[in-house]
Amino acid sequence: MDRIPILKLGGALIVTIQVDMHDRLAVALEEDLTAMISRTGARGVLIEISALEIVDSFIGRMLDNIASVSRVLDAETVVVGMRPAVAITLVELGLTLSGIKTALNVERGMAIIQARLDEEDADGLRSARGRYED
Amino acid sequence: MAMDGTEVLIKTVTREEAAILDAWVALLKAGGALQTGRIREAELQTQARSVLEQLRQALASGGTDATADAYASLRESLADISRSRAIQGFTPTDTISFLFSLKEPIFDALSRASGTDAAQVTAGIWSASKVLDQLGLHTMEVFQQSREEVIGRQSEEIAELSTPVVRLWDGILALPLIGTLDSARTGVVMENLLQAIVDEEAEIAIIDITGVPTVDTLVAQHLLKAIAAARLMGADCIVSGIRPQIAQTMVHLGVELNVISKSTLADAFALALRRTGRSVVRKAPSAPDESRR
Repeated sequence: MDRIPILKLGGALIVTIQVDMHDRLAVALEEDLTAMISRTGARGVLIEISALEIVDSFIGRMLDNIASVSRVLDAETVVVGMRPAVAITLVELGLTLSGIKTALNVERGMAIIQARLDEEDADGLRSARGRYED
Repeated sequence: MAMDGTEVLIKTVTREEAAILDAWVALLKAGGALQTGRIREAELQTQARSVLEQLRQALASGGTDATADAYASLRESLADISRSRAIQGFTPTDTISFLFSLKEPIFDALSRASGTDAAQVTAGIWSASKVLDQLGLHTMEVFQQSREEVIGRQSEEIAELSTPVVRLWDGILALPLIGTLDSARTGVVMENLLQAIVDEEAEIAIIDITGVPTVDTLVAQHLLKAIAAARLMGADCIVSGIRPQIAQTMVHLGVELNVISKSTLADAFALALRRTGRSVVRKAPSAPDESRR
């Protein structure tokens, strides 16, 4: 069975969807991604869908699910490169994906994830120092 | 010798075609067909001649049923004339008078041809009326249809024209909306906005609704859809230009726009600049300050 590759880059996981999503593929992606997040301890997930031309309510819901599951595992999901037609379709379907961050392209999406990683590094440093001083 | 109306009509029109044409064109001119200057005499003459000629042919082969196939080419040329007049801005009366003024010359010719036979004249006139009335109705229908096409095209153009997306700065777009928002227009607006976001790689889009006369629940829903779609593409939207009355109406209606809103486009632009890490500073003190020193 086809699988969508998941790439790890620093604290982020990158998924680019370059084939037409069918339901089984979407379910497999959710499983793989969840496993990968827990294994690598990634803090950000970037899903690039600029090649995705057709979405249905199921795919829309899968994106939402992936985001929710990732959030439970403490990783933030950013969906980038959505086409106008796809955006209109999702809105008309009533799926506004309010739990997901979005960005226009990979560069901006990575900037969002990087900002979170930096922030957590700073927090981590402070809390570590705090503990040390105690 | 008794002839039925159709035969009389066919014979008369065939024999007196030239006379009828002359009388008809004279009548048209007397009726002021040329006064508006929208049509030239030669053109009018040509149109009249071709209509009469086709009428003669159609009568000869198809009788007085103007919906018959024999009348197809006549109907087509009347439709052309009607269509061009609708576009040139003739009134319906002007357009239909062209055809109906043909009645008088034909009736005259009929009574000349039949002499004292009143029954025959009546029968002929009845046939002529029937044909011309049917053709008249057809002309009117085409006229109406052409006008509707013109109106339809214009409203499409207005919809296209009134939804421009302008670039205010790198990555900042403005969408000044003017006029009522209905579903069809919102569709166009949304597509234009999303495409512009892709083309300009915009981070922020300002939707200015100063020109939207009323905001009811439906309009608010349309706006929210556009904003949600823009967000899915990774751009934030700011709504600006909500007038006081509209703000009141929206609150009274229970319409909630859960978006960032600013009162003017300038405020929204300032926020957009701040969000993208820019600021506006005055380069030098303005003139009055200098003169005071």
